[in-house]
Amino acid sequence: MLTFDGVTKVFTLGTFGGQQLTAVRNVSFEVKSGEVVSLIGESGSGKSTIGKMILRLSPITKGVIRFDGVDISTISRWKLKDYYRRVQGVFQDPFSSYNPVFKADRVFAMIKNEYFPGVSGPEWRNKLGLALEAVTLDPTQVLNKYPHQLSGGQLQRLLIARALLLNIEFLVADEIISMLDASTRIDVLNLLADLKARGLGIMFITHDLSLGNYISDKTVILRRGLIVEMGATPKVFGNPTHPYTKMLLASVPQLHHKWDEVAKALKVSEDQLIDPDAAKRAYESVGEILAPDAVDSVLVETESDHLVRFSPEEAKGKKKSPVRKRA
Amino acid sequence: MSLQIENLKVYYRTLAGDVQALDGVSLDIADSEIMGLAGESGCGKSTLGNSLIHLSGRMKYVEGRVTLDDKELPVWDMREMNQYRYKHLSIIPQYAMSAMNPTRKVGKMTAELLRSRGVDAKTVLPEFKRRLELVGLSSDVLKMYPIELSGGMKQRTVMVISTLLDPSLLIADEITSALDVSSQKAVAEMLIEFRQRGFVKSMIVITHDISILAQIADTILVMYAGKLAERASAETIITNARHPYTRLLISSLPEVGVTYAGKRLSGIAGTPPALLNPPKGCRFRARCPYAFEKCLEEPPFIEVDPGHFVACWKEI
Amino acid sequence: MTNPAKTPKKASRVTREAGKHHKPDFDPKSAAAIAEGSRKEGEALKPITVTPGMSSFREMVYFAFRNRKLVIGLSIVLFFLLLAIVGPYIAQHTPAEFSGPKNIAPTLKDGFYLGTTSNGQDIFAQFISGLRNAFEIGLLAGAIASGVAMLVGFVAGYRAGIVDEVLSMITNIVLCIPVFALLLVVAAFWQMKSILPEGFLVGIISWPWAARALRAQTFSLTAREFVSLARLSGERTFKIIFKEIAPNMSSYLFMMFILLFGGAILIAATLDFLGLGPGGTVTLGRMMNVAAIQNSAIYYGYWWWFVPPGLAIALIVGGAYFMNVGLDEVFNPRLREM
Repeated sequence: MLTFDGVTKVFTLGTFGGQQLTAVRNVSFEVKSGEVVSLIGESGSGKSTIGKMILRLSPITKGVIRFDGVDISTISRWKLKDYYRRVQGVFQDPFSSYNPVFKADRVFAMIKNEYFPGVSGPEWRNKLGLALEAVTLDPTQVLNKYPHQLSGGQLQRLLIARALLLNIEFLVADEIISMLDASTRIDVLNLLADLKARGLGIMFITHDLSLGNYISDKTVILRRGLIVEMGATPKVFGNPTHPYTKMLLASVPQLHHKWDEVAKALKVSEDQLIDPDAAKRAYESVGEILAPDAVDSVLVETESDHLVRFSPEEAKGKKKSPVRKRA
Repeated sequence: MSLQIENLKVYYRTLAGDVQALDGVSLDIADSEIMGLAGESGCGKSTLGNSLIHLSGRMKYVEGRVTLDDKELPVWDMREMNQYRYKHLSIIPQYAMSAMNPTRKVGKMTAELLRSRGVDAKTVLPEFKRRLELVGLSSDVLKMYPIELSGGMKQRTVMVISTLLDPSLLIADEITSALDVSSQKAVAEMLIEFRQRGFVKSMIVITHDISILAQIADTILVMYAGKLAERASAETIITNARHPYTRLLISSLPEVGVTYAGKRLSGIAGTPPALLNPPKGCRFRARCPYAFEKCLEEPPFIEVDPGHFVACWKEI
Repeated sequence: MTNPAKTPKKASRVTREAGKHHKPDFDPKSAAAIAEGSRKEGEALKPITVTPGMSSFREMVYFAFRNRKLVIGLSIVLFFLLLAIVGPYIAQHTPAEFSGPKNIAPTLKDGFYLGTTSNGQDIFAQFISGLRNAFEIGLLAGAIASGVAMLVGFVAGYRAGIVDEVLSMITNIVLCIPVFALLLVVAAFWQMKSILPEGFLVGIISWPWAARALRAQTFSLTAREFVSLARLSGERTFKIIFKEIAPNMSSYLFMMFILLFGGAILIAATLDFLGLGPGGTVTLGRMMNVAAIQNSAIYYGYWWWFVPPGLAIALIVGGAYFMNVGLDEVFNPRLREM
């Protein structure tokens, strides 16, 4: 349904565009209908940029994004509305997603004005009721209120309801859980999983590996704009191969296992735990930082539905990493 | 170090009335203990941590006693607290990354801070540099403006500055929230190292992320709606919690290895009560699956097992 | 942990694109949020709407009239406005007419409520005429300046990039022009007959500071996600600017207009006081000029000649600024609960 083909995004910064920052570098992957793909990365990985590019909020520098076979950059401004009928997004900060001077349900009114101008009052209310039911919200508690009178969880669910009004096929969920309280997170996550069961494709962007693991079919691990590992979620989490993935997994604080245990289980040594890029990153806040995986590294399929990035020598010499399964 | 808090009440003034954010909290912290303070937004954990050191904005001290190292802290008086703040107890504030004055170089800002406490910056300088190197920063940081530092660097710098005078008690308020996973680990491990090297004696680590506490805290205290819910060793809270809120909370956390298809987790229905007019009795009553008539009366926070405190009628 | 011997780079300007993982500036956990506890589903605070189903415009009006600062400021300004409108019917003489004895103090006789000038003209009539002109010039200059500021500020802030660079350069250039010197030179060479050219002139030199302020606000608002959401709802650029961004700044825009209005009246009064204003019309500044400079009214103690115009200017402008303070609370629903 959605394909990324060699997509690159370069930002020009500085006065009159003196500097360049490559946020996304030659990213290619595919999302099938009704699939949930987790895009996992830390800050600066380009994951949000990818989300914005899918939503046409940010132009693509190189490469092609195709939705249902159509190159989305060729969609004219008039046809863009049709595109948004099929693809929508929900963002990280629920309080920033609402215009504070208006009531929260204005987001529905906006949709009605642009997409359902002819629909009558009662029919619209009916539609609204169904959408709110799908996200388990009580209309009497959430309608006619200002955003600051509602909780983060309610606001996020309202946004999902808004997307459902359009009967979308694909949802970009950019860190939608991170600003919610722990006990509401799981409710929103479960909601996404239910929607997936009803056929909705989701791009779940997050920095939190445990969340990605919970609902996704496929996982893509991004570092500095490059895909370092991707494949079926059980394979990526069960058999992490790239050192960056292992470092990420070893750094996630787990409830039942201490960091040392996890590092040992992943067979990650002490020096591998320090992201070699972090030391560089520590001194350079923003700017052109080449990913340690240099330009000529390649993605190699180590097992079915599991790709890992190697340097050309490693790929050629087929050096086996210690954790790699021996067939 | 020893800290005793007796019946501390701190409210927020609003035009609509007083929000009873912290409503009669009593606890003790032992020497060299890292206590994690966990709970969701609005539970009062930040209020508790901050009221010990600085009553900011609309916070209003109502009653209670705080005793640090056998000296009573005048938490209601901002001026009087000056002699304790930074020297005996210190805080790494929430949004620490924006806590630095953007118009001052780091070194100059620290020197001014030290001078305000009557400490000559020059005597502390070598130690300052040593500690910066310990956390992986070069002493060049002293000559830089905060905007030149990355997020992780700022966090680490603030941590060093906050503990420069070796306080007895350190309060860390949500210091890992805005960081990447790898930086979170580095910062959390840094806290342990600070204690190990004697820079700090005890700590209160405030966070909503219990899994970080599972890694570094000795004990965890869970708060709900301005009251204490449960307190026990970290291990006990995670594997053997007794308060219904704690149990539901722990079971709602997704972990690596747990999938929706495998085991569907569930959250806690409802939302915490508004603290403008808190409900009578146990504050978790409305959302608790085990609530019964006795819950209309507020449960005491008492020790049910050695070192394990719970405020729940079902468990007493 | 080793330290690379690298010289730290300076941070680049665009950080809002990379890594939105960090805490945003908009802080929902302010005291207002804490005051609510977490949002309630069972136990609700009194809802903001006064009666269920009241439209938000009516709500706004309701709160407007409960705000003391707004009411006081507005009353002062409206008083003078009313006086300006109704005045001509009360005044018994026309401003230019040599209708009475010279330099008499205010009296009810013959309708010389504010006395007469050294030429026997009715000061009250002149005062009314001056008030009308003051409002006209304030509104005219204010409108021109606001219009230009909004156009420049919104477009520069929303579009950013090269458009912003060019517009900012223009703004800065106009900002650096020494306004007063320019006005003096222009006024000295251009013999203005009515206040329209004066209003126009004041308008086109007062917009830069407002444009800069609007641009800054627009930048920060554009970064907020509700703008992205509006785009995802199919809204077009100008619709977004005027329906999403501007309402968030409505109090700011109104206040900005009021400042420009007040500022214009002051600048015009100063010009007139120096004798550089339009010759044919009576303005408050000109009255003070004729009184204090040309006829030494201060020396002679004819306070009824120069005090009313000066006081009127001070009160109108002061009242307008005072209104401003109350307006923010009316426009921003979040502040209402506090």
